Amino acid sequence: MSLKRPAKDQPDNFEFNSSSLKAAEEMISKYPEGKQQSAVMALLYIAQRQNNNWIPLAAMKYIAKFLDMPYIKVYEVATFYSMYNLSPVGKYFIQVCTTTPCMIRGANKLVEACKEKISENESELSIDKDCSWMEVECLGACVNAPMMQINDDYFEDLDKEKTLKILDQILKGETLTPGSYRGRINNEPENNRKTLVDIKNA
Amino acid sequence: MLKDQDRIFKNLYNDLGTDITSVQKRGDWVNTKDLIVKGREWIINEIKDSQLRGRGGAGFPTGLKWSFAPKELGSRPHYLVINADESEPGTCKDRDILRFEPHKLIEGCLIASYAVQAHVCYIYIRGEYFIEGQKLQAAIDEAYEKKLIGKNAAATGWDLDIYIHYGAGAYICGEETALLESIEGNKGQPRLKPPFPALIGLYGCPTIINNVETIAVVSTILRRGGKWFASLGREKNTGTKIFCISGNVNNPCNVEEEMNIPLKELIEVHAGGVVGGWENLQAVIPGGSSMPLIPKEKCESLTMDFDSLVAEKSGLGTAGVVVINKDQDIIKCMARIARFYKHESCGQCTPCREGSGWMWRMLERMARGEASKEEVDMLGDVTKQIEGHTICAFGEGSSWPVQGLLRHFKDEIKKRNKFDPIVKENKNIPYLVDQHLLDKNA
Repeated sequence: MSLKRPAKDQPDNFEFNSSSLKAAEEMISKYPEGKQQSAVMALLYIAQRQNNNWIPLAAMKYIAKFLDMPYIKVYEVATFYSMYNLSPVGKYFIQVCTTTPCMIRGANKLVEACKEKISENESELSIDKDCSWMEVECLGACVNAPMMQINDDYFEDLDKEKTLKILDQILKGETLTPGSYRGRINNEPENNRKTLVDIKNA
Repeated sequence: MLKDQDRIFKNLYNDLGTDITSVQKRGDWVNTKDLIVKGREWIINEIKDSQLRGRGGAGFPTGLKWSFAPKELGSRPHYLVINADESEPGTCKDRDILRFEPHKLIEGCLIASYAVQAHVCYIYIRGEYFIEGQKLQAAIDEAYEKKLIGKNAAATGWDLDIYIHYGAGAYICGEETALLESIEGNKGQPRLKPPFPALIGLYGCPTIINNVETIAVVSTILRRGGKWFASLGREKNTGTKIFCISGNVNNPCNVEEEMNIPLKELIEVHAGGVVGGWENLQAVIPGGSSMPLIPKEKCESLTMDFDSLVAEKSGLGTAGVVVINKDQDIIKCMARIARFYKHESCGQCTPCREGSGWMWRMLERMARGEASKEEVDMLGDVTKQIEGHTICAFGEGSSWPVQGLLRHFKDEIKKRNKFDPIVKENKNIPYLVDQHLLDKNA
């Protein structure tokens, strides 16, 4: 089990802005009437997006009222799932996969790169507070190992040099193209494709 | 090697595009209505004839599962839920289906919903696949626009709404009842079975839960016939399967192949061989991290299907093949997998919550050579205490890889961990709690 603690400094108030409100209503409409509690995960995401990528306790209370459910149940959900950040993370939130398939292809080199460029410890903001990193469990891109996720995007087929370069660019505020950094197309075997070749050449 | 015309996922590498016009050229959404007018019984029988087994890991016959849904629609609505919470280390097949073959999945949803009489379908995607989810949402929107789903979907007279529900990074939500709990807005902790979801599932209503790949192959099976699908592979292990080959291979990749393909062919032909040559192979995890590893000697002749891997005391699982060569420390690899399970245990059952942490800590010490001889057997004992004593199959999933390690690499562990407990060495350490044992020896 993973342990998660809410941040010490908490804002007093939280309210959805108009675009969040619209998104929230749309989410609730996906579920049968009276089952609005189902939307709690989606609403936590909306709150997280609105509030610089983390969820304050005030937002949980707000969502509990919004969905007419006990606060503790929202709290339970927010602490159970690992993708809800309960304390501030960087504007660029970097998650390095270090589970076995990535580990045996050198994921710890990516961790080294993050330590050099961002911060010594994981879940710690960089000096300019723009960036933070953490080790995570399998991100489901094992044939593209080692890889990392920056906010919503996957950066695949990395090594230490490439990671350092990506982090440099990120810290400078440049936008990067996600995907493979060894130039391969999606998940095909590089230079060794034996299947669907006619389709590729057609 | 499987012929290209027998491949179901022709756009696995996205050479052809994912919009409706492109997928119709590949044969999807062409005669959906003709398939559905043949009726529920025909659909379910055709799937039964194809001997399709669930692609999510357990390999349960899909046709049989669908037939468990109540025949008559009662007061409670039926639901179809698609499990796209792909989180098993070594597996990334569903990601490519969501990205590049979304319409196969959506069309499959329509057919399956009709077969089990569901008007609402939820697709549960893991939260990390946000971009993939957006691509699927775009495809769903396109299908709504073309009236392929929604009211009177594809002119079949059947109404179907498809919604995406994002997970938030919990591996356990891949377990079907935990997934239902998660959709209901609770912590993802599995339910006791029975009652099975087919009778009491989402919101207490009959619910059929299938993996993405299972549903995505349905339309092709119906078009080409169950017999065609059953002619591939071998008896009870039929059809094609997307294999994900990762780890120490020269060209890690996803590839669709026939069931029962030799493991060596997968690695040597498709993945470009083991890094350092076949002789450098140490072990292979054949079906995602929860399946016991298989040492090199057995990899020579191993074929990849459900039953032949069970015969080797492992399993096909999700067909995520992780290749580990001799440059890796096998104990460390398994310790990392144990850490994964420790992190992902939902905490509901004590044997799993506590035991997964024990296994991780013991394996970490064994990797460093700091464990005592007795602990090697004790570790085996811990795995037996977890296995079969939990609500869901996570207990097995976490203890099987450790059992596999003990089965095939016990000598390696023993060689590294020669340490004897301090009491036996007869050192006179005053603060030692077990001091009385020393006195007996003296």
